[in-house]
Amino acid sequence: MKQLIVFIQKEFLHVFRDRKTLLMLFGLPIAQIVLFGFALSNEIKNSKIVVVDYSKDPVTTQLIQEITSSQYFNVTRGLPSATGIDAAFKRGDIKMAVIFPEHFSDDLIRTGKATIQVIADASDPNQATTVTNYLTQIVGTYNARLAQASGQPLQIGVQNRMLYNPELRGAPNFVPGVMALVLMLVCTMMTSVAIVREKELGTMEILLVSPFKTIYIIISKLAPNLLISIVNLCVILVLSDVFLDLPVKGSILLLFFDSILFILTSLSIGLLLSINAKTQQAAMMSSLMGMMLPTMLLTGFLFPIENMPLPLQWLSNAVPSRWYFIVVKRVMLKGLGFSSVWKETLILAGMSFFLFAVSIRRFKTRLQ
Amino acid sequence: MRTLLFLLDKEFRQMLRNRQLLSTLLIAPLIQLILLPLAADYTVKDIAMTVVDNDHSTFSRKLVDKITASGYFKLAGYTTSYADGLAKVQQDKADLLLQIPPHFERDLVKENARDLYVAINAIEGTKANLGGAYLSSIIADFNSDIRLQWLGPVAGAASSGSSAAADPDATPQISVASSNWYNPLLNYKLYMVPAILVTLVTAMAAMQSAFNIVQEKESGTIEQINVTPIRKHWFILGKLIPFLVLGVVVFTLGIIAGWAFYGIWPLGSFVVLYGALVVYLFAMLGMGLLISTYSATQQQAMSLSFFFINIFNLMSGVFTAVDSMPAWAQYIVETFPPSHFIKIMRMVVLKGSGWSDIGYHLGAMAVIGLFLNTWAVLNYRKTV
Repeated sequence: MKQLIVFIQKEFLHVFRDRKTLLMLFGLPIAQIVLFGFALSNEIKNSKIVVVDYSKDPVTTQLIQEITSSQYFNVTRGLPSATGIDAAFKRGDIKMAVIFPEHFSDDLIRTGKATIQVIADASDPNQATTVTNYLTQIVGTYNARLAQASGQPLQIGVQNRMLYNPELRGAPNFVPGVMALVLMLVCTMMTSVAIVREKELGTMEILLVSPFKTIYIIISKLAPNLLISIVNLCVILVLSDVFLDLPVKGSILLLFFDSILFILTSLSIGLLLSINAKTQQAAMMSSLMGMMLPTMLLTGFLFPIENMPLPLQWLSNAVPSRWYFIVVKRVMLKGLGFSSVWKETLILAGMSFFLFAVSIRRFKTRLQ
Repeated sequence: MRTLLFLLDKEFRQMLRNRQLLSTLLIAPLIQLILLPLAADYTVKDIAMTVVDNDHSTFSRKLVDKITASGYFKLAGYTTSYADGLAKVQQDKADLLLQIPPHFERDLVKENARDLYVAINAIEGTKANLGGAYLSSIIADFNSDIRLQWLGPVAGAASSGSSAAADPDATPQISVASSNWYNPLLNYKLYMVPAILVTLVTAMAAMQSAFNIVQEKESGTIEQINVTPIRKHWFILGKLIPFLVLGVVVFTLGIIAGWAFYGIWPLGSFVVLYGALVVYLFAMLGMGLLISTYSATQQQAMSLSFFFINIFNLMSGVFTAVDSMPAWAQYIVETFPPSHFIKIMRMVVLKGSGWSDIGYHLGAMAVIGLFLNTWAVLNYRKTV
């Protein structure tokens, strides 16, 4: 036991001596939470559009004014004709073009209908759909006013309530996602590199021929990363409460319990990766290339999992961060208790136990 | 010049000899490029809706039928009270709650106006946004339908918009005819594949050049180079050129994979595409070089590059629109080379933009690249 403590001490010294890495380890979550919390948003607003008005009558003038005053649109300029639209799209200057045909209000008065032509740059399909919808809503409100003026019956109104996140900020979705991402990557990368580094430098051999138990080597390697991750977790939680107005609504104990399970899972993955890698470079590449994008995508914080093809949905079940993300969303943002996350907790516990057992069994006590 | 050739010879040999690394570098990005766009689908469909129907009238049933028939929503069951419905949203069993108030049909007919209540789980902003918009437009449609039924064809036809026959007495109605250019089927993969390719090239170019130099530092071989008469700039060029070549190879493989698996073939010219790629790689390799001058161990190089790549990936507009960020964040993003190259890729591949269209982004990348490389060269010391 005394041996173990001495070894853990040694590992801590290694970690704390490397100031640059340490700075990065703690700077990363802080910078990311602040940047993403404030900068990322799912709401689409201030989209640049052009308006081509062939008609220039009172109705179009009023509609253009309503479009301009909406926070969704940023009318860059009026184009005299529609010929410049293609070039503007190609330069990426605008997202949508709104064209009022000639005799707009004449048509409206004489035939009772008039059509606005809208062209969206659908190379970004979601933005195209959203801006078209916004414009349709503005025109719809205008129509409703016309209708009210002429006494339209049977009006169904819709009262929308956005739950949990009324301003549609990006932060409530991204904070749990960044938590999962940062904890997962820091744990897997730091662990696998720390072990492979000893292999590369040859000091692993010395450790292995010593009477020191293998399990102690593993525990002493994992301990500093576990501590760093817990500190990181605390920093993230404090930052999101103070800056982003996202306090932990549910039980903080439950959140920490699940976080530690998740951290242990990630540490075990790092351990597993280190077994097969011969060089630090290989260990980094496999943990970064192999883990970063899949974790980002299959966790479900950027793209909804239910949209993915079935094989990928199955695959996402094997990604620990997916379950952790659900737990954080429910416990931290919605304030739900253990009864609603017991399944996810159980899965995380099972994963961490299984991976840890496998990595210990497979940990090689010989170099070749 | 001869020195450079020898150095290049050495670097390429080392690169080709390390089969494990080489296969990771070439195959891992390809697999990701093939698989990830399947995951990155943000088409909003199958929004789970729970309905609290306190009316149980013909109207309420028809409305629910119409919403579920649209294809955007699937019914996650009826609940008896608003509180029960809310509990369903809390447990993620439903994304959206529609409440039809008691006597909805009666009040609508009698008082000519009645509100419906909709509550949406807005943690996933985009889904909430689009879901709410879809639902509103379906309800507006339903509104026209029942008006048509209730009042007879004349007044109803006018209010159902563009399909209405010309009728001078009817309420004037403005309709919107929308068309989607460059991607009429709104295929999300067209949007994602070029951007994912950029993130893969980025991770490879910036990190590998950093690791490679630091590896020589760590294993001590850099000292051997330092005591030779090899000039600083030859050494740096000898390190950068192989990774430039590797970057171009990975990019080309990615373009081929995008065509083979997703049928995406650049609309614009390849000269423009590769010209922009070289400028981009110049900037990113400069960043790798800079990182290497500040790190003594591979672990440091890794943490530093991981820090930047993670921020690049999430802020350069791969997943969320840069336009909707606050102004200060947009200024920061302007200094990220990947954000410019992602824009260029999407423009050239999807819209067929040419040199003059991408001029600004190309210039920005060149300036950033020049800045990073100058900084790195000045900071590089031939001493340990």
